[in-house]
Parts: sequence; C-alpha cells; structure tokens
Amino acid sequence: MNVTPHTAMPVIAVENLRVTAQTDKGEEIDLVSDIRFTVQKGEVLALIGESGSGKTTIAMALMGYARHGCRIADGNIHMAGTDVRSLSPGQLREFRGNKVAYIAQSAAASFNPGMRILDQVIEPVVIHGTMKRKDAKQKAIALFRELALPNPDTIGDRFPHQVSGGQLQRLMTAMALIGDPDVVILDEPTTALDVTTQVEVLKAFRRVVAQRGVTAIYVSHDLAVVAQMADRILVLLRGQMAEYGTTERLIGAPQAEYTKLLMDAARQKERPSSWTCADADMQPLMEVRDLSAGYGPRDSNGQQKIRILEDINLKLWKGQAIGIIGESGSGKTTLAHAIAGLNAPSHGHILFNGHYINGDMHKRPDNELRRIQYVFQMADTALNPAHSVEQILTRPLVLFHGLKGAALKARLHQLLDLVKLPRTVLWRRPWALSGGQKQRVNLARALAAEPDLILCDEVTSALDTVVAAAVLDLISELRRELGLSVLFISHDMHAVRAVCDDIVVMKSGKIVTQIARADYDKPTSELYFERLKRAVPELRQGWLDEHEEVLKAE
Amino acid sequence: MNTLLLPVRLFQSLSLSGRIGLLISLFWLLMALFGTQLAPHNVEDIGGGPMLGGMTSANVLGTDYLGRDILSRILYGAKFSIGLALTAALCASIIGTLLALLAAVAGRWLEELLGRVNDALLVLPGKVLSLMIVAVFGSSLPMLILTAIFTYWPGAFRIAFAMASSLRNMDYVRASRLRGESRWYVAIHDILPNMVHPMLTDFGLRFVYIVLLLSGLSFLGLGVQPPYADWGTLVRENLQGLFNGSPAVLMPAVAIASLTIGANLFIDSLQQMRPLTLAKEGA
Repeated sequence: MNVTPHTAMPVIAVENLRVTAQTDKGEEIDLVSDIRFTVQKGEVLALIGESGSGKTTIAMALMGYARHGCRIADGNIHMAGTDVRSLSPGQLREFRGNKVAYIAQSAAASFNPGMRILDQVIEPVVIHGTMKRKDAKQKAIALFRELALPNPDTIGDRFPHQVSGGQLQRLMTAMALIGDPDVVILDEPTTALDVTTQVEVLKAFRRVVAQRGVTAIYVSHDLAVVAQMADRILVLLRGQMAEYGTTERLIGAPQAEYTKLLMDAARQKERPSSWTCADADMQPLMEVRDLSAGYGPRDSNGQQKIRILEDINLKLWKGQAIGIIGESGSGKTTLAHAIAGLNAPSHGHILFNGHYINGDMHKRPDNELRRIQYVFQMADTALNPAHSVEQILTRPLVLFHGLKGAALKARLHQLLDLVKLPRTVLWRRPWALSGGQKQRVNLARALAAEPDLILCDEVTSALDTVVAAAVLDLISELRRELGLSVLFISHDMHAVRAVCDDIVVMKSGKIVTQIARADYDKPTSELYFERLKRAVPELRQGWLDEHEEVLKAE
Repeated sequence: MNTLLLPVRLFQSLSLSGRIGLLISLFWLLMALFGTQLAPHNVEDIGGGPMLGGMTSANVLGTDYLGRDILSRILYGAKFSIGLALTAALCASIIGTLLALLAAVAGRWLEELLGRVNDALLVLPGKVLSLMIVAVFGSSLPMLILTAIFTYWPGAFRIAFAMASSLRNMDYVRASRLRGESRWYVAIHDILPNMVHPMLTDFGLRFVYIVLLLSGLSFLGLGVQPPYADWGTLVRENLQGLFNGSPAVLMPAVAIASLTIGANLFIDSLQQMRPLTLAKEGA
C-alpha cells in the first residue's frame, strides 16, 4: 500500500474494465466493456454519456464497488498506487474513506436529516480514526471557507433542511475532501441545481480542485458543464468508449459520430418559428389578467394562505410559443396549473378566444377542456402504468371526438406518425418504453384532443440531451404543422430559446420581464434576467473564467 | 382460441413457486367441492377404528379421539374451512377496496365519515367482537361468514384507502381529471388497476387470518357445530393426541399450513408475472 507514486505514474489507470450484470435467466450481459483511461495527478477526467451508458457504473467500479447483481468481471484498476481489485472487503473500506471520496448527485438525499451538518462532515475522518474530533472540526470550517459558504463558523451547526441545495452540495464536497483523498469522484453534482446556483458550485469545485491538487473524475451528461471542469473527456455510448481525448480537441474537432451528435444537442440551435407577430387589433388566443393564485385555505377576501403568483399578465397569440423561465420555486408550474384549471386562481381572469373561462376545471365545459391540454413533466407518472399505449391514446379520441372502429384506428396511427413512434408501441405498457418514447406518448395524448394550446411543463428536464433535442424538434414541428400555441415552461434557457418566440422571466411568483427571442442577445436593463442569462454554461472552454471576471468587474 | 388458451398462458407466465402454489390451491378447491364424495368413510362413524390410531391401510391418515377416519373428516372439513374462509375473505377484501375507492373519489364528507367509522371498528378487538356477535345472533354458517367479514373489512379498507389516496394524486389521475373524466372512470380505470396487486397480497393475508379466526371460534365451541368440523376444530378436538404424535392432530394442521402457504405463493407470484399480452405484439 505504501508505494510512493512515481511522478510519471498516473494516479488512475484503468485497463480493459468490464462490468457485467446477471439477467433473470442467469445470462451475463456486459454493462460496460473495454474501458481504458489514465488520469495524471491533478487532472480532471469527465465521463459523459446518456443515462444507461455506464457512467456511474465505471465511477463505482473505480472504488471497487458494483451494484447488487453486478460484478467487475475483468480488467485492471490501479488507483493512487493501489490495485483496487485485489483488496479485501476490509481493505476496501479503508481505501474508500481515505484515498478516494464520492460526491453523489443528490446531496439532499445523501445527508442524514436528523444530524447536524458538521457532525456528518467530519464523520469520515473520525470513523477512520485519522484525525481528532477537534482538529477535524477546525479543518471542516477551513474547508467551508474555501468553498465560499456563508457563515463558515456556524453553518455546520445547522441541520440539512436549513441550508439551500447549492450549499448542501458544497457541504458534501467538504465532507469528501476532509480526509484529503487522492481522488474525488463527482457524480452529476450540479444536475439538480438551478443555473445560478450551479455556477457558484462549479466555481467552488474548480477552485478547490486546483488548490488542493486532487485528481477528480467528473460524471455528467452536460457537455457545457464538463467543458469548464475537465482536462480530458471520455464519451461513452452503450457501455463502450465512443471517444477519448483532451477537452480542447474533443470540443474543437470531435471525431466520433456520437460526439458530434452530443455537441449539436448541447448547442441547441434555434428552431425556426412559424409564427409572425400578429396585428395589434387581432385578439389573442389566451389572455391572463391580474392573475393571483396560491395554496391553502382562503380567507374572507378569497385570498389563499400561501400566495404563489401575484398579478400575472400574459398574452398568447394563436401559433405563438411563449417560454416561461425561472428558478425552482418561482411559480412556473403553479401558473400552468392555474391556466389548466387544476388550481383555481384567487384573483384575476383567464380569457380564452375572447371569452372568460372558469378558473376551476370542474366547471369548464368539455370543449374548453379539450382546447387546453397539459403535458406533464414526468412521463413516468403521467402515464398510467396499468394501461397500454393504445388505451392511453384511445381514451381522449373516444371522449372528445367519439371516434370508433376504423376511424379510431386510422387516427391512432396518424398520431403515432405525428410523434414519430413505431406502431408496435401501441400494445406496450409505459414501463416498457424508453424515457424519450414515454414523453412522445405523453405529447401524443395531448395532441389526440386536437387542442389549440398545449402547456408543456418541463417536458425535457428528465431526458438526456440528445433525446431532449429530438423532443424539442418535435414540438417545433408540431407547431408548424398544426398551428399549435405552446406555453413552454422550463428552467433550461437553451431549451426555451430554441423553441419559443417570446421568453417570460419569472421570479418569486411575478413576471419580471418579457423578451422576444430576437432580442435575446441584446443587453436589457433587467438585472435578474442578465444574471440568469450569464449563468447558462456555454459550450467552450474558459467560459467559467470569463463569468468570474465579469462578476468581479461589476 | 385465444381465450381458450388463456389459463395455459397464465400458468406458463407464473414462476415455479407460483405454479406450485396454484396447484396446491386448485387441489384444495377441488377437495372443497368434491371432497364429500371422495371420503372413504362416514364422518359420524364413531368407534369405527381405534382411538387416535396410527396410519393403516383402512384409515390412511389415522383415526381421531372417537375412532373416526381423519382423511374423511379433513375432506368434509375442507368445505367449511375453504368455503367459509374464502367467501369471507373475498367479501371483506372487496368491500374494503370498493369503499376505499368510494372514499378516495367521492369528496371530503364521505371520506371523513367512512374513515371515522372505520377507525371506530378498528379499535374493537376482533376476537371479542366476533364472540359477541356469535353470542347475540347464534352460530350458523351465514352468521359466521358475516362475523368474519365484519371483523376483517376495516383492515382491508385502511390499506386500500392509503393506496388509493396516494394514487389519486398521481399525474395520470390529474390528466384524466383535466380531460373531464367522471369520478367513476378515475376510480375504476386509473386507481383500481394500480392497487390490485397489493390488495391481492392483502387478501392472501386476510384469508389466513380468517381461517385462524374460524378455527379459534371453533376451538371455543362457537364455530362450525358437530358432527361437522372445520380444520381448526379437528386440531382442537384431537389435541390430546399431540403427546404421542398421533396423525389425527398433525394432518389437519398440515392441511391448514399447505392451503395458506399455497395460496400465498400463488398470490405473491402474480406480482412478478410476465405480461399475458406480450404475444399480441407480433400482430
């Protein structure tokens, strides 16, 4: 164990790694195979690929761990001068705490909600007995300071629910770094965060990695983020290496077909819009006037106890797509719910086609329900697992249009063609479909009603970049073909910009500003929007440095 | 053709333990239906053999404390144990599930009312409650079934309601509501299919409880009345044979155990069943 690594010796060397899983029938299938890479001291290697491509499997294998039912079948893993595969379970335990640390995707799920943060942060060193409690505490506080956490001296006394998501992610980094590991593995550490928070966390990561000279493995699906963090990138496709090279080369001149695809998807080119600015005297398709909404019991004035939305005014013309963007908790989804009638507004009106419509969906006639369709965020929960795709799509056709027999069948096939799904999916149940297919079924169900307006609530946030880009293409195409109006809710600026004519920025339940897509690049006087815009990572190296300098200059 | 093959496909789609469970359950179901015809001896044949006798060629499973043939007694008892318990368990589960669905979709008032009535029933100790019912209304077969249903539907309701109330907040239920579907459509098409499997498991558990409850009542002399006896009674009346290992006490116990284990194996395997409709894909 006590081999001093030679300077030229890489800290991590992986050769021919193969991880297999056992199927129900007892066959072994490869999850990942033929993986080889080396990482020098102080370097950051990024593993990138879509979900199921084996990113996390490789990251786990580096620590000598395979999930239940899987095993590391073949290959050499040398890390920090240790042959990981030769270690006994006891040695592995020592190795994991001291030489390598792991930062999980969801810090909120990784902290024990019943313990104070500081106790959890120093736990690794106290358990391994490498440091005294008092020293560990001091070191933790120093780390908090390094990671730019507010009130570093006292933040450790709080409980996990008392700090924000971005802070928790940084606290988890402190936990990983407290044992001075040689290698840190970061598994999608910023995926669950808002863009503005993500930038702060990324900066903190990079500073610490540079200062302490730790070697890191950065697992992510976001190429733009990876471009800021990594020295080398390994692109994975279905458990195989698609491409491996320095960040500069990969981003400048990608070789593999799949890498090019990823780059295209990450760049999110603007989709052409079919909508042209209407005459001023034409009536908008939908108008929201002074809308307020919230949750909880109502008082005598009809105001709800917890107010989410206040004074929302919005106009949407036929064929137009409006993107609503904001951080989590800004009231985006509540607005969509209010328009759909799921959450009756406490104040204000909604006009549809020039008529007032009721705020409560139960009081709306069928025809109004049909014309506004809601596409839910998570296709997993939005499609009934007990129904086949055929049943899911048939129901609105029967209910709204009374279709039967051959006409029904023809329309079903037409819908599937529209969302580009093969006809064989009709007899499958939702759990037998991939994430992208489920989202297409979800869209097809909304389209089956032949609506005038669809409300898309974060429809791409649960999808991989390449799949999400395809869904965005589909939405723009449907707009063009069917003349649909779309209210597109997202926290992803790229996605909103790619499909929408207008961008509405929301903050704390209010509309901050509304900007036409054409004016996106022009500077505005709205500071919040500028901050949001700047926090969106761009797919080029050095973007994070520029972002930091711009902030300093201000 | 397809519908004819459905039982075959159902059998094929089960796991090994599920197939074993199904076969055991089917065997006992047949015994409950035709057991009386198959019984080799008269059940009232007191002194027909030795007291608590061992296994012989005349009495395959031995004889009981009055010299009656145990095999015949078990075959006759199958009708009571399975018929009574199965009917009662089915009714209790169905009533509980349907009322839970009603409470989940009908709105605040009915939900509160059903919930509180249910709470009130749940706090009554089951055995004492059934004792009281039998004491007041007397012991007859329909009364026993009603007693078992009355004691066990609140538990089924609790579990079904917990599931229904979490399912009614799923996005697909919202999607149905946004389509203007009626409450009944939501209850029957969206909520019910997704709680069927857990409720089946619960049914298996409830069935076992009811077999035990009826056995307990028989033990106290309040259940099935002599000369007939369910399996619980058989165990109880031959308890004295336990000390010399008489098959008269072991065999009814084996019958109870095999039925409950078989039923539960079958029900558990339903959850992991491969879909029956896969074959349609090629069409």
